Amino acid sequence: MKLHESQNVNEKKIKVLLVDDEKSFVEVLHKRLSKRGMDVTQSFSGAEGIQALRKVDYDVAVLDLKMEDMDGLEVLKVFKKMYPKMEVIILTGHESEQAAQEVVKYGAFAYLTKPCAFEKLLDTIRKAISD
Amino acid sequence: MGEEREFNKLYSRAFTRNMVLIVIVVSFVPMLLVSGMILNQYSISYHEKLYAHLKEVVHRHVQNIDSFLHERLNNLQFLLDSCQNENLLDESVLQEKLFQLQQKYDGVFEDLGLINENGVQEAYAGRFSLEKAEYSDAKWFQEAREKPYYISDVFPGLRSRPHFIVSVKTFHQGRYFLLRSTINFEAFNSLAENLRIGKTGFAFILNRNGDFQTKPHYDMLPNSRSYMDFITAGKKEKHGIYIGEIQDSPGLNQAIYLAGLLKNEDWILVYQQEKREAFSDLIRTQIVAAVILLLGALLIITMNLILFHKVINHISEVDREKEMMNRQIIETGKLASVGRLAAGTAHEINNPVAIMVQEAGWIDDLLQEEEFREGKNLQEIQRALKQIDTQGKRCKEITHKLLSFARTSDTQIQNVQINEIIKEVVAISDKTSYTGISINTYLDKTMPMIYGSQTEIQQVLLNLINNALYALEKDGGKIDITTRSASRYVLVIVEDDGPGIPQANLDRIFDPFFTTKPVGEGNGLGLSICFGIIQRMGGEINVHSTVDVGTRFEIRLPLKKPMALESEDLSVKT
Repeated sequence: MKLHESQNVNEKKIKVLLVDDEKSFVEVLHKRLSKRGMDVTQSFSGAEGIQALRKVDYDVAVLDLKMEDMDGLEVLKVFKKMYPKMEVIILTGHESEQAAQEVVKYGAFAYLTKPCAFEKLLDTIRKAISD
Repeated sequence: MGEEREFNKLYSRAFTRNMVLIVIVVSFVPMLLVSGMILNQYSISYHEKLYAHLKEVVHRHVQNIDSFLHERLNNLQFLLDSCQNENLLDESVLQEKLFQLQQKYDGVFEDLGLINENGVQEAYAGRFSLEKAEYSDAKWFQEAREKPYYISDVFPGLRSRPHFIVSVKTFHQGRYFLLRSTINFEAFNSLAENLRIGKTGFAFILNRNGDFQTKPHYDMLPNSRSYMDFITAGKKEKHGIYIGEIQDSPGLNQAIYLAGLLKNEDWILVYQQEKREAFSDLIRTQIVAAVILLLGALLIITMNLILFHKVINHISEVDREKEMMNRQIIETGKLASVGRLAAGTAHEINNPVAIMVQEAGWIDDLLQEEEFREGKNLQEIQRALKQIDTQGKRCKEITHKLLSFARTSDTQIQNVQINEIIKEVVAISDKTSYTGISINTYLDKTMPMIYGSQTEIQQVLLNLINNALYALEKDGGKIDITTRSASRYVLVIVEDDGPGIPQANLDRIFDPFFTTKPVGEGNGLGLSICFGIIQRMGGEINVHSTVDVGTRFEIRLPLKKPMALESEDLSVKT
C-alpha cells in the first residue's frame, strides 16, 4: 500500500506502454508497474503497440528489440514518428553495444538489458518523465 | 605426436641420405670422367713424348757407335790406300803410321799389326810386345780371314784386358795380309756410357751371346737377358728401335728399355731405366691429381652434408610453424563456434531469467500487502525471493561472461575497485582446505578506482591464480597477491613459491597456444588472453621467475582511462 500511495500523492498517473512478445514478461511488469500507480497498457507485438499508441498518448514505452512480427528498431522509428514526445526505453535480452548505439541514434531514451533490476527500470522511467 | 616426430626424423634422415647421394653421384661422375680422361690423355701423350725422346737418343747413339766403328775400318783402309808404295812390314813405317793415327784420333788406336795368312803377326807397332804373335787359333782371326773388313767382339785376348779388334784384309807386297788394330776400350766404352739419364738410366751393348761389349756402369746386372730377349720381347719401332719393359725381378725394379741393333746386327745397344724414375713426373702429376680429387670430393661431401642439414632444418622449422598455424586456426575456429553458441544461448536464457526475476519481484510486491504481513513464514519467503533475485543476477553475469567470451558483448567499462575484484576472485579460488595451498592478500587500502571491465580484470586474475594453483598442485605452497598504488598506475602482484618457469619457456609464455600442460588440459590461450586484455586497457604485464624459487607476475594498470575507452556509458542518456 505504501508504494501505491507515494506514487499517487506526488504525481498524476504515468501512462506506460509495454511492447514485448514475451507474454509472461509483459504481464508481470504490468502488475508490478500498476501496483506502483502507473497506467500500464500491455501489447504483445509491434503491431499491437502501434495500434495502442494510435488511441492514447503514452508518456513512456518499454520496448523489446527482437520480436516475432516486427523488429523493435522499426517499432521505435514508427513510435518516434507518431508521437515524438513519448520516451522509449529499450529493454531486451540481446546485449550488444552496436544495438545500443543504434537505438540511441533513433531517439531511444535508454538501453537496458534483461534481466534488469526492477528498481533500475522504475528509476529510468521516472528519469524519462522528469526530462 | 612423439611418434610422428620420430617418423619425421627418420624420414628426413632418409631424405637427406638420398639427396646427398644423388648430388654426390651427379657431381662425382662427370668430375671423375673428365679428370680420368684428362689424366689418361696426359699419360698417353707423356708416354709418347718420353719414348719419342728416348728413341731419338738411342737412335743417335746407335748411329754414333756404328759410325765410330766404321770410321775405324775406314781409317785402316785409308792407311793401306795411302801407303801402297811403302813397306808396312817395316816396323818403323808401321810405328810411324800408328803414331799418325794416334795423333789424329787421340788414343783410339792402341796398336797396329800386320798378320799373314797363317796367323803370324809379321809386323807390329804398339806398346805391347806382340811381335811374331801367333793368332792362327784365335776365333777372331778365323772369322776375319774370310772378310774384307772385320770388327771383333770384345774379348780379353792375349793381354787379359777387354779389347776388340778391327781388321782390314789387304794384298800387300804380293801377299794377303790382315791389317789389324786394337781399339782403346775406354774410348769405345765411353760412347755407350755417355748415355746416362737420371740415376737409373744407362746404356750397354751386348753381343749375340749376351756378353757385355761395354763395361756396365754399375753393378745392377745379374742380367740374364740375352741379345734375343730384347728383340723378341720388345716392340719394333721406327729406326729399328725395340721398346719393351722388364718386369720386377730380384734386385731390379720394373724398368723400361729401348734397344737398337748395330754392327750389322751383331751387337745391340740397350738403354734401360727404372720405370719409377722414367715416369716420375707423370707419377707426381697423378698423385697431385688424386690428392686434388680426394680433397674436392671431401669438400663436396662436406658441403653437401652441411647444406642439406640446413635445408632439412629449415624445412622442419617451416613444418613446425605450419603445424602451429594449423593448430591456431583450428583453435580459433573452435573458439568462434563455441562463441557463437554461447552468444545464442546467453540471449535465449536472458528472457526466461528476466521473467523469473520479475515474478519473484511481484511476489515480493504482494507480500507488502496487509494480509501477508503477519504470515509466519514471511521472513523465510522474503529470503527465498531475495535468493531468486540474487541467482537471477548471477545468471545474468554468466550470460554476460559468455558474451564477453564470444566478444559480441560490449564489455562494460566502468570504474572498478580492483581490491574488491581480488577479494571475489580469491573467494572463488581459495581451496586451502584440501590442497595445502594458501592464498594471502596484501591489499593497499587507499587503492583508487580504475577504469576498466570488471569481468576482464576478473578473467586476468583468475587466470594468474589458476596458473599458480596448477604450479603448486603437487607440493603445495602459498600465493601472495599484493596491490599498490602509484601516481599514475596501480600495481597488482601475483606471486607464488612454486617450481618456477625455466628461462627457455619464459619468453614464450604469452604466445598463443604455448602450454606446458599435457595435451587436452590446456589450450595455451590463458596468458595470451590476459596479455591482450591488459594491453587493451593500456597497461602492461611482466613476469619474473626463478626455477625452484617461484614466479611473480606484475600487472600495471593506468589510472587514466585510455583514449580508446573514452566513449560514454550508453545505458542511460543524460
